[in-house]
Amino acid sequence: MSIEIDRDTCVGAGQCVLAAPDVFDQTEDEGISFVRPDAPEGRDGEIADAVDRCPARAIALVDR
Amino acid sequence: MSEMVREYPMARTCPFDPPAEQTENGPVSKVRIETGATAWLVTGYQEQREALVDPRLSSDFRREGYPSRITTQARTRSFISMDNPEHQRQRRMLIKYFTVKRIESMRPAIQKVVDNLLDEMLDGSGSADLVSQFALPLPSLVICDLLGVPYADHDFFQRCSSVQLTMSAPMADREAARDALNGYLLSLVESAVDNPGDDLIGDLVVNQVRPGHLTAGEVADMCSLLLIAGHETTANMIALGTLALLRHPDQLAELRESDDRALMASAVEELLRYLTIVHQGLRRVAVEDIEIGGAQVAAGDGVIISADAGNRAPDAFDGDPDELDIHRSARHHVAFGFGIHQCLGQALARLELDIAYSTLFRRVPTLAVDASLDEIDFKDDMFVYGVRALPVTWNTEADR
Repeated sequence: MSIEIDRDTCVGAGQCVLAAPDVFDQTEDEGISFVRPDAPEGRDGEIADAVDRCPARAIALVDR
Repeated sequence: MSEMVREYPMARTCPFDPPAEQTENGPVSKVRIETGATAWLVTGYQEQREALVDPRLSSDFRREGYPSRITTQARTRSFISMDNPEHQRQRRMLIKYFTVKRIESMRPAIQKVVDNLLDEMLDGSGSADLVSQFALPLPSLVICDLLGVPYADHDFFQRCSSVQLTMSAPMADREAARDALNGYLLSLVESAVDNPGDDLIGDLVVNQVRPGHLTAGEVADMCSLLLIAGHETTANMIALGTLALLRHPDQLAELRESDDRALMASAVEELLRYLTIVHQGLRRVAVEDIEIGGAQVAAGDGVIISADAGNRAPDAFDGDPDELDIHRSARHHVAFGFGIHQCLGQALARLELDIAYSTLFRRVPTLAVDASLDEIDFKDDMFVYGVRALPVTWNTEADR
């Protein structure tokens, strides 16, 4: 599974960062969420929480 | 449908609970609003989340059928009342100021503001109005600093803000307050065009006004929203949350004695859920025929999403949602709304609440409310719920 963030849809509410701070972060110049390159394995519960709480529905889990 | 069409908004029977009548006709029902028009009232939690992410519900109050509380002459518009893509374009200009990290970096500065306000308050006689001496100046000082608005003018813009949010205020007064605030902000934006400061207005001038993406007037409209939203809401949460915690002394004692920051964060979420100060509904109008929770909503129908009811929905939260429980997992509440309009300033609100409650209760362990519930003036007639004043006392010997 990989995490995809639709950058055009993100509204910068920061819910994903609150749900899984070591997985998600926001860019300094725009405030748009991204998956941290150093995100640890696991964290499935927190990631599911981030998907659920994203108000813009910008995060998706995709089978790879 | 045979049920009686109820009037909305309904009155509260308990100052801490949303009106029970809201949910009596099910998760989606028809109501009659202030203007005499009918609208759909959505009270179910799941139904609300689905409705708030549905692009077929518009936030544009200029559209036919929008369930306005009252009809004002719409001279100003901000992104809160825009749909995408216009909304997204404007919101994007502001997001970087409100990211979780950027807001967290403001912690020492906000802590200092809180400490100074409490120093002043505690220097007095052992009693104070918590609203005017702490709950209101804190978010006001913080948003002024962020925007680049001189706090010295706070009497003026707090009055403008308050009148605009008072539903019972005469229309002419509301419009005059709106125009006065916008004129004031426009002059700040215009002076920043020549001399931009290191603040949000300065940033918008450099990156949006100068290249021609926004006019100075549009920036003033945007800042008016940020200024109003930045202080009324958090101020009400600070005062009302203090009152709620003082009425739950066991939970308050636990919070005061714990140095676990996660417990305070959990308490803040629970207070946001339990108190849901945006209490008279997030308003939308359907632009296509849609179904919400089994109800057939036609294009042009008004839709009101009452977050206060959703945040007490029994199927959405563990335990009894009508009880305050600082250990509850409440982070999925809709107190900041949901969908693309979910509150931009939520990280700032969380940080201010965290610092305000923890510092207040740590520094003033004998804090007590000096009024009975029926002596307290609750803001039933405002778009944002709270208390107009909160008389408090403390033991000056014990708290020095």
